[in-house]
Order: sequence, then C-alpha cells, then structure tokens
Amino acid sequence: MAKLSYLDAINNALYTALEADDDVFLLGEDIGKKGGVFKVTDGLQEKFGEMRVLDTPLAESNIVGTAIGAAMMGKRPVAEIQFAEYILPAVNQILNEAAKIRYRSDNDWSAPMVIRAPFGGGIHGALYHSQSIESIFVSTPGLKVVVPSSPKDAKGLLLAAIKDNDPVLFFEHKKAYRLLKEEVPEGDYTVEIGKADVKREGDDITVITYGLCVNYATQAAEQLSKDGYEAEVLDLRTIYPLDKEAIIKAASKTGKVLLVTEDNLEGSVMSEVSAIIAENCLFDLDSPIMRLAGPDVPSMPYAPTMEDYFMMNPEKIYDKMRELSEY
Amino acid sequence: MTEITMPKLGESVTEGTIENWLVEVGDHVSEYDPICEVNTAKVTAEVPSIYDGVITEILVDVGETVPVGQAIYKIKRDDDNQGNDSVEDNTEVDETPSKETKQSPVKEKVKTNKRLSPVVMRLISEHNLNVDDIEGSGFEGRITKKDVEKYLENPRPQENLEEKSSPRETSIVQEETIKSGQDIKVNGVRKEIARRMVQAKTEIPHAWLMVEVDATNLVNKRNKHKEKFKEQEGVSLSYFSYIVKIVSEVMKDYPLLNSSWNEDTITVHDDINLSIAVANEDKLFVPVIKNADERSLSGIAKSIDGLVKKARSNKLTSDDMSGGTFTVNNTGAFGSVQSMGIINQPQVAILQVESIIKKPVFIGDMLAARHMVNLCLSIDHRVLDGLMAGNFLNEIKNRIESIDPDSSSVY
Repeated sequence: MAKLSYLDAINNALYTALEADDDVFLLGEDIGKKGGVFKVTDGLQEKFGEMRVLDTPLAESNIVGTAIGAAMMGKRPVAEIQFAEYILPAVNQILNEAAKIRYRSDNDWSAPMVIRAPFGGGIHGALYHSQSIESIFVSTPGLKVVVPSSPKDAKGLLLAAIKDNDPVLFFEHKKAYRLLKEEVPEGDYTVEIGKADVKREGDDITVITYGLCVNYATQAAEQLSKDGYEAEVLDLRTIYPLDKEAIIKAASKTGKVLLVTEDNLEGSVMSEVSAIIAENCLFDLDSPIMRLAGPDVPSMPYAPTMEDYFMMNPEKIYDKMRELSEY
Repeated sequence: MTEITMPKLGESVTEGTIENWLVEVGDHVSEYDPICEVNTAKVTAEVPSIYDGVITEILVDVGETVPVGQAIYKIKRDDDNQGNDSVEDNTEVDETPSKETKQSPVKEKVKTNKRLSPVVMRLISEHNLNVDDIEGSGFEGRITKKDVEKYLENPRPQENLEEKSSPRETSIVQEETIKSGQDIKVNGVRKEIARRMVQAKTEIPHAWLMVEVDATNLVNKRNKHKEKFKEQEGVSLSYFSYIVKIVSEVMKDYPLLNSSWNEDTITVHDDINLSIAVANEDKLFVPVIKNADERSLSGIAKSIDGLVKKARSNKLTSDDMSGGTFTVNNTGAFGSVQSMGIINQPQVAILQVESIIKKPVFIGDMLAARHMVNLCLSIDHRVLDGLMAGNFLNEIKNRIESIDPDSSSVY
C-alpha cells in the first residue's frame, strides 16, 4: 500500500476504472493534454488516448449533456467541471435530464455517469473558485451526491460512483488535494455510497460533518481530548441521500450534536441533518443542536484575513466543540 | 452557622407547632430535604432545608409552638468553609485569573437550574431518580446526560431519605383504636381544631337561623340526571354540589356574608371562595373551592370530589385550605337534621346543609309527601343581622324550590 495524496488517490481511481472497463471515459476542460488545472487527470490521456480522455470546449452544459447521452447509450462517462461553481450552466442537464431519466422512462433508460468537481475554499480562489454549491443538488431524488473526506475514501467512493447505475455528483475539496495523505489500497475496491462513517469514537459530543471539515474536526477532537472531552466524529461521505440511521445513532449516542459545514449556514445540508435529528432523537438530546458553518454572505472573499474569517478551520471547530462539551 | 426561623406557612399564620423533627443534630442535609413537620391552622407542612449543610442544633422541642420568625434550628452550611476550596478551583483555571476571582464570591454552588434536557428527563424517569440528588456539571449547573450516567454508576447514598420518610408516615397514620379507660394524647391537628373552636366560640357572638326548604324538585332533577352526569363527568352529582352552586350565586347579592371581621373594619371579599368541611377519621379539614361563583355545576362537583379525595388521603396542601370566605357544611352526610355550626374564623357565617327527609307537608289544604331539607345558618352577629341573613336564606330556599325538574339541562 502506498501513501497517496487525496489528488493522487482520485487519479489512481480514474486510472483503475479506465483500465478495468472500456466503457469508462473522461471528458472536461483541459483534462487531457494539460492533465487538468489541478493535475487530477495527469497522464491519463497519454496512457488511454484522446478517445477516452477528451478535452472539451468551455461549455459545461455541453459537457454534461454529452455525458448524459453517452451514458444513456451504455457508456460510463466521468465528466469534470473545472470548478464546482462552473456547474451552474449545466444544472438544467443534471436536475431535469440526468436525475429524472430513469423515472421519466419508467426504467427503460438510465444515466450511469459521474460528474466530478473541485469545490471549497482556503486556496485564495475568491468568488469563482471557492464556493460550496452542494446544497443545490441535495433535494433532487435521482441524484447521489458524494463528498469524500480522505484519500482512501476518495478512491473507493469514486470507483463506486463510476460503477453506480445512476448519476453521481462527486465533489472533491480542492484544499484537500495536496493537504491530505494516507495509505490507500491498491487496485479496485469500493466504498459504499450512502453510508456514513465514524471517523473517531467519543462519548461526550458528536460532530457530524463531511469533506475537508472531517479532517479539521478530527484535529479539533484531538485538541479537545486534552481538555477531557471525547468527540465522536461522523463523516457523512454521501450527503444525498443521507445515511439517516448513522446520523440518528451518532446523535443519540451523546445527545450533544455539532454540525459543521463550510457552506453558508442557512439551507445547507446540515439543515436537513438537523431536521433528521430533531425528528428522531428528541428524548436522547442533551443540548440544542449546534451548527457551525460559513457566514451567510455571498461568497468566500479574496483578502486573506477575510478568507480566514469565512473558511472553516480546526480552531473554530475546537471552540465550538468546547462550548458544546460544557453545555 | 446559620439560624433558620419558623417559616410563614400561609397568610394570617402567626405561629406554628413543631409536630415532628425529621433530622437529628449532626445529620447532613441537602437543599430541599425535609427538616421538620410544622402544624399551623389545620395544615401539617414539611419545612424543607434552604441550604446544604449539617444540622448543629435543634432549638425547639416537638409539640412546642413558636411564633413565625423565631429560630427553630441551626445549620452549618457546606459553603461556609468553602472559601479555600473555591480559591483552589480558581487557580486551576489559568485564564484571566483576575476575572475569575471577581466571580468567585458570586459563584455560589448552584446544584441545578432545573433546565432538564429531554434525555436527562428520560433517564431520570426511567431510573426513578431524584433530580436534587444529582450534581450538575454543565453550563450554570445544568445536569448533563453524563452527570446522570455518572450518578447511575455511583449513586450517592439515598437510604437516609427513605429511612426518614417511613417514621413520618407512621406518625400520620397513628390511628390507634380508641379504647375506654385510656387517655389519648392531644396533639397536632386535634389540638389545633380545639384551639380554633374555642377561639371562635368564645370570640364570636353566634346567632342561628334555620329555614325548611322543599327540595322535591331538586331530588327529581338530580335523579333524572345523576347517571348521565356520572358517566359524562366521572364524578357523582350530589345534592350538596347543587346547593354549593346556588349558594355561590346568591352570595353575589349578599356580599356582607362573604366578609371578615377585623374589629375596626369589615373586609368584604372580592372572591367567593367556599370552604367545605371534610371529616377524616379523627380530623376535620376545611378545604376551599376557589372562585366557586365562576364554576359550573360540574366544575363544583369535580372540585368537591377532588378536595374530598385529597382530604381522605392526607394530601391537602396549605393552598387547598387557605383563602376561604364562607363555609358550606354538609352535615346531612351524617344524618343530621338540625345543627348549630361554629363559624370558621375569620369568616362571618357558616351554612349547614342537613339531611333531605321525605315527610308530609301541607300544600294549600292538601297533604303531600315532599322531600324536605333544613338549612341552618350561623352568623357572626357583630357583622350580620337577622334580616339580611334571613333574606339570604330565603333566596337560597326560593332558588332550590324553583328548580325546574323537567328541563333537560342538568342545572
């Protein structure tokens, strides 16, 4: 087993999928010759050729539309949207076509495809390169939305997404690309979509989060442990559909729940998680459900100080964890 | 060391008799633990501790009566000698020590602020715990789920609480069978009844009136509705409820019957709170139907039922018994046909409702079998005169006699 970065793990997953299944192909802006702006697809065109790793025009609706058509005809396309916020021109294709084709055709047609997109801030990207846009997609039955939090999960979840028979949105945190490294199994393996994962055990408070925040929350939990409080960290992994069972179990375990997301506070995935807990765990709750999220301002600012103010970090999570522990 | 004084257990209560000490010198008590039983004006109340601490001295013997405000015991409070501890506590918190020390004197040991979270509520009821036994470690002393779990693993000895409650119960249930040739010690409620009766009887110039009422319509009316009423309301429809209801209505027109005598002034009460006498074994209780005039017939029937049940099971609180402005006494319940009630001070009148008896009565020149009932009224002649009292009684009589037994309404 090699120690891979989050980015290398995704590259490795794509390589594995392209090698294993001839129907798998990649398409996106600058993913071929350049290997992607973040180099996620580096070397893949060289290895698998122009017919399987396609450079496309700057037209997101077209990229996704092409992928849907190919998927309906039996291919397994993996489209890349260069930055998650660029996905907006393709939203009609995703929500109205990809997500609904199986339902609309009464199972005659389906769209087994993956759309990968780097999201999130903390890389001095400002407005068009820092957003969390996942909440747009988490109320559309027919879609699956996956956000891996570690290299190992990223590879396993991406391989599972490619094998899935319905459209999967795969959001990769761009700050995690080179920040997170861990041992990643070689070869083909999958991590089940729709299952959350307990990343750390604890019995004082429960922190539920996803994406890069899982790493931050785990760091904060180690810090909190020195104060005598143990935090359970639940990684949602799939944010749509949510793993309700795991959420209820983790919330009920400690009765004190902190929900963390880098997205804007209101209307985020965590609003739904909070509702699940409120509906199911009343008599296990020991405190109000707490949320920690980005402020309700339009986007991550460019000025480093302001970016820090917006962006999640272990210190912020630690402070909030401490507040909840002492409640 | 803190001196604890006789508490004021209700309005117009000026003294209390220690009936029983539930603790001994040297006992450690927590806040809200019962310390002693005190008897005042027909109520026996438990006096709870105000502090955590150790009882150092008991100043009043059982049976002694002391005025409100006099010291009855001394307690050494747990937080008296905690100066050192809290200073140590503060040094452990290395953040902004100046702020911390400023807070420390205010930071009295709050055990719990009673804001229980759902899970704590659930655990407490599942395990039948007493909230006051659990130390809260959360924000502002809140009891957390962890606190309950810790307590369950290692409960604080609770037995002394139960030990104390058992002798207390026996003292209430001490109803030895009365044998002849034996002296019965007069204590507690009996003593209090005796004192008040003597006071009322010697202080108040009682005058008595009686009217004979034809209750045939009332009897027919009640017979017609009693089964349905019981089914619908869950309590029995008694003659007494009807009469209490009528009294409360008539009372509005005779406010002076609803007053108190204070030597220089007469207080006329706004609320019509009717005391009813309930005998229980050897004791007499006078619980109160508050705002009787605002209640429906079924409301009155239910509240009588509730108060009687509470009286019979020794559960009346001082609140249940306070505030009465006029008494209606159901002497008919034990077969009496005529009686002279002693006024329940500071009220100024008491109405005795006697047994309803079927007897021959002339209506015009015809002899008829009618259900007759005597209503006997005792009045405080300092406040009331015969004319007003007679009018009051006659108004009640008229109302009872003009009940329409055929109307479909229960009242």
